[in-house]
Amino acid sequence: MHVVYPVVVSALLFSIGVYGVLARRNAILVLMSVELMLNAVNLNLVAFDVWLGDRLHGGQVLTLFVIVIAAAEVGLGLAIVLAVFRTRRTVDVDRLRALAEVVRAPGSGRPDGEDAS
Amino acid sequence: MIVVVALIVLLPFAAAAAGLLATRLGTRNLGARSEPTAYRRAAWFAIVPAAVSAALTVWLAAALAGGAGASEGRFWSELLPGRVEGTLTVVETGSVPISLTLRADGLSVLAGILVVVVALAVQVYSVGYMRDEPRYPSYSAFVSLFTSAMLLVVYAGDLIVLYVGWEIMGLCSYLLIGHWWEDRANSRAAVKAFLVTRLGDVGFLFGIFVLGSAAGGFRIDDVLRADIPRGTLVVATLLLLAGVAGKSAQVPLQTWLPDAMAGPTPISALIHAATMVAAGIFVVARLYPAFLAAPPTLDVLGVVAAVGMLGAALAALAQDDLKRVLAYSTISQLAYMAAALAAGSDRAAMFHLVSHGAFKALLFLCAGLVIHHVGSNLISHMGGLRRALPVTFWTMTIGFAALAGLPPASGFFSKDAVISAVEHGTGPAQPFVYASALLTVGVTGAYAARAWLRTFFGPARIEPLAEPPPGVAHVFDGREAPSSMLWPAGVLAVPALLLGLAGSAAGVEVEWGPAAVSLAVALLGAGIVYALWRAAPEQDPARLLGPFRVPCERAFYVDAAYAALIARPILRLARGVARTDARVVDGAVRGSGRATLGLSGLVRLAQNGNAQLYVTGLLAGLVLIAVAAVVLT
Repeated sequence: MHVVYPVVVSALLFSIGVYGVLARRNAILVLMSVELMLNAVNLNLVAFDVWLGDRLHGGQVLTLFVIVIAAAEVGLGLAIVLAVFRTRRTVDVDRLRALAEVVRAPGSGRPDGEDAS
Repeated sequence: MIVVVALIVLLPFAAAAAGLLATRLGTRNLGARSEPTAYRRAAWFAIVPAAVSAALTVWLAAALAGGAGASEGRFWSELLPGRVEGTLTVVETGSVPISLTLRADGLSVLAGILVVVVALAVQVYSVGYMRDEPRYPSYSAFVSLFTSAMLLVVYAGDLIVLYVGWEIMGLCSYLLIGHWWEDRANSRAAVKAFLVTRLGDVGFLFGIFVLGSAAGGFRIDDVLRADIPRGTLVVATLLLLAGVAGKSAQVPLQTWLPDAMAGPTPISALIHAATMVAAGIFVVARLYPAFLAAPPTLDVLGVVAAVGMLGAALAALAQDDLKRVLAYSTISQLAYMAAALAAGSDRAAMFHLVSHGAFKALLFLCAGLVIHHVGSNLISHMGGLRRALPVTFWTMTIGFAALAGLPPASGFFSKDAVISAVEHGTGPAQPFVYASALLTVGVTGAYAARAWLRTFFGPARIEPLAEPPPGVAHVFDGREAPSSMLWPAGVLAVPALLLGLAGSAAGVEVEWGPAAVSLAVALLGAGIVYALWRAAPEQDPARLLGPFRVPCERAFYVDAAYAALIARPILRLARGVARTDARVVDGAVRGSGRATLGLSGLVRLAQNGNAQLYVTGLLAGLVLIAVAAVVLT
């Protein structure tokens, strides 16, 4: 099998994952999209490992590592999503804006309290 | 002997330091007695060093009279031939060295005696005049400091040393004019005096620099002996003349002196009549060979003197404030000395300086007695004081006689010397100066007679005043002043009366022709005033000026002109600069801050808290970099 097929599939998978991370609102779906991206990488690793005929099979070993890390990451991510849901009653990424800076009218004063007289 | 000269200068300085630092030392525990203790201590600190200085000066004069010294062919070389000079050290400045030199010769001693005698009289007088004055210790210390500075000017052997004394005098003048600084007008007068004299001092300092760099040294002997090109000399002496005009209140810098009368009256006697204002004349006499070698400067001096003496005398005729009358008369008499210098006779100028110092100090002290008695400076509040104040009346009569130039008072002899010097003078302005001098003699007689008659004769106009403002001493109490105030006046009356005879005995000959003319003119002026006063004792004889009375009273609007031409434009400029600073300079700083804040507000719009947006931005950046890497490599 030519290496192009798995590479194209993995590129598609990765693109879907990127789209999901950027565009989905549900935090769980965002996590799943991250998994898609990771698995696209895994597919690449395995495909190139075979194609290159590596005798130590470094690609396959690395894939196992990635799967383990992905499992841990999903566990952590789901725990965060659960905690967010408990406090905010929502997992909508668009509504979780606590990172935003408090917006002031420009020129109304310096944030550190020193008045621009 | 130079140690004696140094002592004469340093004793009042030590007195000033002691007066400022030690009068209240340890008096805090004395409770109610602390103020009288400080007062008494300050009085001792003031009087004893001045008396010792005076005694040493007399001794120095005797030593110089007997000394055989280097005769320089100056006018004092017969009377006081000796001279002493001592240099403490020479300061290498890299270019022209400054030598810390004191010297004493006939000229110094003549002026020095005047200074210490008047200073001693004023210190004694102040003990009575400034009684119950909480700031008396600092006042007497400043008077001592002034005395020291003036003596430094007198005994300086180096132009820079002279300039040091010159500037300290200006400072003391400022401090003492503003003694009652609670009143806004007094502190304004002090600032005005300081600024106006400073304006002249700038020229003075540069004149010293020009002379020093041309002569290669600041020692007065070196400067006078050096071969300086005439053009340089004219520039230097003209610059010096600016300082002289500032200090001696000559046209066009005369406006500060009448306002300086805001100070206590003893200060007016010491600083603004007898000594400091005479320093300008003294400096010209000190550097007279340099001035003689620069005839254009002497011509300028003559014109300035001619304008100043007549204008100031007319202004004195119209003033209602007794002290301002005397102030304008001081300007006028100083202009006489300047005219004598311009005519080439430093002997007449110094003679008039000494006799004027004596009789003007006397007049001011007497004016202080009158003001102390009446509680007002205004002549229109006085009158008929002849009986109430017999001692003051007689001493002040002597003073006015000397001022008007009536024999046998000192003013007659010294003014005659000045007028005959002016008559024999050469130079293009001589007829103008001579005419002005003669006219001024008449006007002087008139204003002296007016002040004398209005103060001591006629109906009494004294009313007990309400609580007086600071600056006019006490409420009327119907008695003569304390003896500590009468004695100095009485003592000063002796030289005011007899100095002229002493001067003529010492070799200043009276020229009876011009003397008779000027005496006739003075009597004419006094007679006109007497006739007017006789006709209506209630009215001011100044009405003889008719429509010119108001311009004379305002001193020909010089003050107003200066305010309009100089003071107000400068104030406007200063306000403009302040506004520019606030709006443009500060505006640029604040504006850049505000602009940064506004722009950062735009950038902050991206920080909306949506993590997906951030990731999108990240990705976009990554893509851009990748594309750039592909395209550009």
